[in-house]
Amino acid sequence: MMRWLRQRFDRLRSSFPSVSRDGELDAEMASHLELATEENIKSGMSPEEAHRHALLQFGGVEQAKAKQHEARGFHGLDILWLDLRYTFRTMRRDPVFTLVAVLILTLGIGANIAVFSVVNTIMLQPLPFHDPQQLVWIAGSKGVGGRSAQTYSSDAYKEFIAQNHVFESVTAYFAFSTDDNMQLMGNGEPQPITGISVAQNFFGTLGVKPILGRSFTADECRHNAAPVILLSYGFWRQHFAADRNIVGRAVRISDQSMTVIGVLPETFDFGSVFEPGSKVDVYAPAILDDMEDWGNGLSLIGRLKPGVNVARAQAEADLVFPHLHFNLKHPDWGGSYSAKLTILKEYVSGKLRRSLIVLWGAVGMILLIVCVNLSNLMLARSAARSKEFAMRSALGAGRGRLVRQLLTESLVLSGMGAIFGLVLAFLITSYLAHQGSIALPLLSSVKVDGTALAWTLFITVATAVVFGLAPGFKMSRNNLQNALKDGGQGMSEGKKHERLRSILVVSELALACVLLVGAGLLLHSFLRVLDVDLGFEPARTAAIKADLPYNQNGDQRGAIAQDMLQRIRAIPGIEAAGISDNLPLGMNRSWSLRANGKDFDQGQFTPTFVYVVTPGYLNAMGMHLIEGRDVSWQDAASNQPVVIINQKAAKFLWPGEDPVGRTALVASKEATVIGVVADVRESSAETEPGWQMYLIRTQFSPVGSNLVVRTSLPPEILASSVMSVLRAINPGQPAVEFRTIQGIVDHSTSPRRFFVYLVGIFAVLGLILASLGIYGVISYSVTRQTQEIGIRMALGATVSNVQFRVIAKTLRLALIGILLGAAASFAVARGITSLLFAVHPDDPPTFTGTVLLLTAVAVIAGYLPARRASRIDPMIALRNN
Amino acid sequence: MADSKIDLLQGTLDLMVLQTLAAMGSLHGYGIARRIEQVSGEDILLNQGTIYASLVRLQERGWISGEWGTSDNNRKAKFYSITKKGRKQLAEDAVYWQRLSGVMRRVLAMQGEGGEE
Repeated sequence: MMRWLRQRFDRLRSSFPSVSRDGELDAEMASHLELATEENIKSGMSPEEAHRHALLQFGGVEQAKAKQHEARGFHGLDILWLDLRYTFRTMRRDPVFTLVAVLILTLGIGANIAVFSVVNTIMLQPLPFHDPQQLVWIAGSKGVGGRSAQTYSSDAYKEFIAQNHVFESVTAYFAFSTDDNMQLMGNGEPQPITGISVAQNFFGTLGVKPILGRSFTADECRHNAAPVILLSYGFWRQHFAADRNIVGRAVRISDQSMTVIGVLPETFDFGSVFEPGSKVDVYAPAILDDMEDWGNGLSLIGRLKPGVNVARAQAEADLVFPHLHFNLKHPDWGGSYSAKLTILKEYVSGKLRRSLIVLWGAVGMILLIVCVNLSNLMLARSAARSKEFAMRSALGAGRGRLVRQLLTESLVLSGMGAIFGLVLAFLITSYLAHQGSIALPLLSSVKVDGTALAWTLFITVATAVVFGLAPGFKMSRNNLQNALKDGGQGMSEGKKHERLRSILVVSELALACVLLVGAGLLLHSFLRVLDVDLGFEPARTAAIKADLPYNQNGDQRGAIAQDMLQRIRAIPGIEAAGISDNLPLGMNRSWSLRANGKDFDQGQFTPTFVYVVTPGYLNAMGMHLIEGRDVSWQDAASNQPVVIINQKAAKFLWPGEDPVGRTALVASKEATVIGVVADVRESSAETEPGWQMYLIRTQFSPVGSNLVVRTSLPPEILASSVMSVLRAINPGQPAVEFRTIQGIVDHSTSPRRFFVYLVGIFAVLGLILASLGIYGVISYSVTRQTQEIGIRMALGATVSNVQFRVIAKTLRLALIGILLGAAASFAVARGITSLLFAVHPDDPPTFTGTVLLLTAVAVIAGYLPARRASRIDPMIALRNN
Repeated sequence: MADSKIDLLQGTLDLMVLQTLAAMGSLHGYGIARRIEQVSGEDILLNQGTIYASLVRLQERGWISGEWGTSDNNRKAKFYSITKKGRKQLAEDAVYWQRLSGVMRRVLAMQGEGGEE
């Protein structure tokens, strides 16, 4: 056993070559010298002379060591050690090259790690729940229409639970909670917080366990149960200093005392999965018994029984859902429910898959360009080093040995790039994870994790091999004699080099072209999206959530709103003001809208988005009233209900007729159409508008109060005076922020902006690298041809003649690259069609722009060396050799 | 290089080391070097240091083995001894060298007839 251990140890020790074995050799030599000295003393020498003589007999100590090393044979690690030492020496000798190479690699590898981390978190990793592939999103109305069309009533939910056979459990959350819908009291001003009601089995179904306390019990979900809440991890840390004794304590929220029963784990982020871009602070149990008359509002999530697939569950849902009741008290109302089942992961990030793949592809292309660029740099350097390599191979270094040396160099470079790249990626990902304003799911949990590290290792090695191998073989194949000859500018060797470098530059330009076209198409789409007529004017408009009671009767609601609006409009700088319960591009709900007395095929109706507003809201939002009038305070609760519809609904319900003055059925209630407004993009800037209607606050119940003001001054200046009005009306008004409508629009376009920015950055990076590449090649070839150019000029070539030759050469390379790139771009553009908005994949401006840009860059990259070439003094050039 | 001494041919030192160890048993590096010098009558050029290259080469081939021990006068030194495999190799090499030197002798003897010198 001991022996075995020692052998292991020896083997291990000898893996650290220079340390252990050399140590042993030193000891052996020392004892040798001592023995020799001793013997010499015995034969009568003085100690000094004995020692000197011993050394003499021994010969050079260093030579002996070197010889011993040689005899030992080079083991993998010895060679690696030597190569590494040599590499570091070479790198120190050429700091500019090292710096440029590491910088380029850092950018390339860093961007790749960062994007991989995003792709990995959003697309590749399973959702942070237990057995997430069994979780299914259940959406009503085939997944179209507003939230109320895609959600279910509490009765329908309860019925489905009772009738279902395919789900282990079905849970729900109330989908109509808005940001800042609760107030945390007890610390000075009430603070706005976001709470959401979830079904009793919500956390159990997802498989999320509270880190402190427990989840809700059935008793806590009954009518009149004492209010309890679960805290999100972030909220617990921020507001309760991560107090571990929080469970059981009462917290005052929205004038109620609520008992904290638990704290959820840090990994659970409701917002990032279900409501990208928003943050939930507390969770309350949904009291289903109290929600019977609320209509639709529950989003359903089911956990499939083991062995049941989505298709089977869908088949059963198709049978069960049409028979569910909207409200059991009114069985005749009919639910007309349907359900579309989607794997939860697919629902959360399925829409982003293509964007992410494009992003991944773009960043991969950047890495390829980086490799090509470095190959080029290494080749350029190899010209300078060819003599060194020839010398080494003349001294007996085999080809494999030289390639190995070069690979070591490229590995060291890419390794350094990877280290800095990791730092860069870490910075990028932690920046992204804190961008709450980007409405991308799971973004907050993006980080460089173990998988990303493995990916880093992979791309680092792959990069090193790709950019190190080609020059390695090229260099080791060089003709020994040519290189050793003092010609320096060995023409034949240079020619071959140049061909390889030209190929590299052409491919670099082609890649940059593809990137630029892709980014151009996306950018053009983004500009188109920004250009879309939203149906309202976001500029100089802001909204604030007013805390107004809305469960009073209609006239009381109206009176408060009217009073408030009057005071708001009196603030200098306010041009218009109005209130709506929901804002476009945010939370929405839908009711049914019919033309009274007309028969339509049921299937043709789409759920109509409904907004309960005050007079002045349309004006404040900058919406366009096409005909008729705005609602007015004269439309009191007791009067005939009125409705304003959008053009789309008007065209369908009263085609070719004037809808104003006609009677509509608003959720089965008669209402007179008093006006028609232009369509508003209610779901997103990119989605075609649906049917919309605007009702007045006195006649219909709002679900909230968003005060919208149009100002002539920056909204933040008015914030305090608006807030003081709101406080005067309701002292409990929480300190919520003013949100500009532009900000809401930006939030809605943020995913596209995110992708456009990233792809744009990559395209610019690609362009810079490609232009450096072409500049490098041309510049190098001018340097190599100094003599030739000198001769030409001596023979009478003019300055413009010389310049023309250089630029023409550059353009020839560039045009080949651009041509190949454009051809590839056509194919790539087809692949990303679904990501484009109102832009054809063959978009002429994008293609023309890219070609012109690349040509211009090539001309500049060629002009600089051309100018240098034309300034060559023939006499000096000729004398130099 | 000193002209008066014989420079060692590649591989000859290895054979000398093997033979020395076969004849003397276990020896340390200095001992081997001294022994070779003595036997050759101080006739060959041996930088004693070069012996270590030979020792490591032989060790790696498994022809000799080395172990740290104490010399007669109480010094720590690494002692080498020939292995079974080494003995076999020595036998083969000895035959080869004897044949080679025989051939060399005959070839060189032929020189006299050419009358170059």
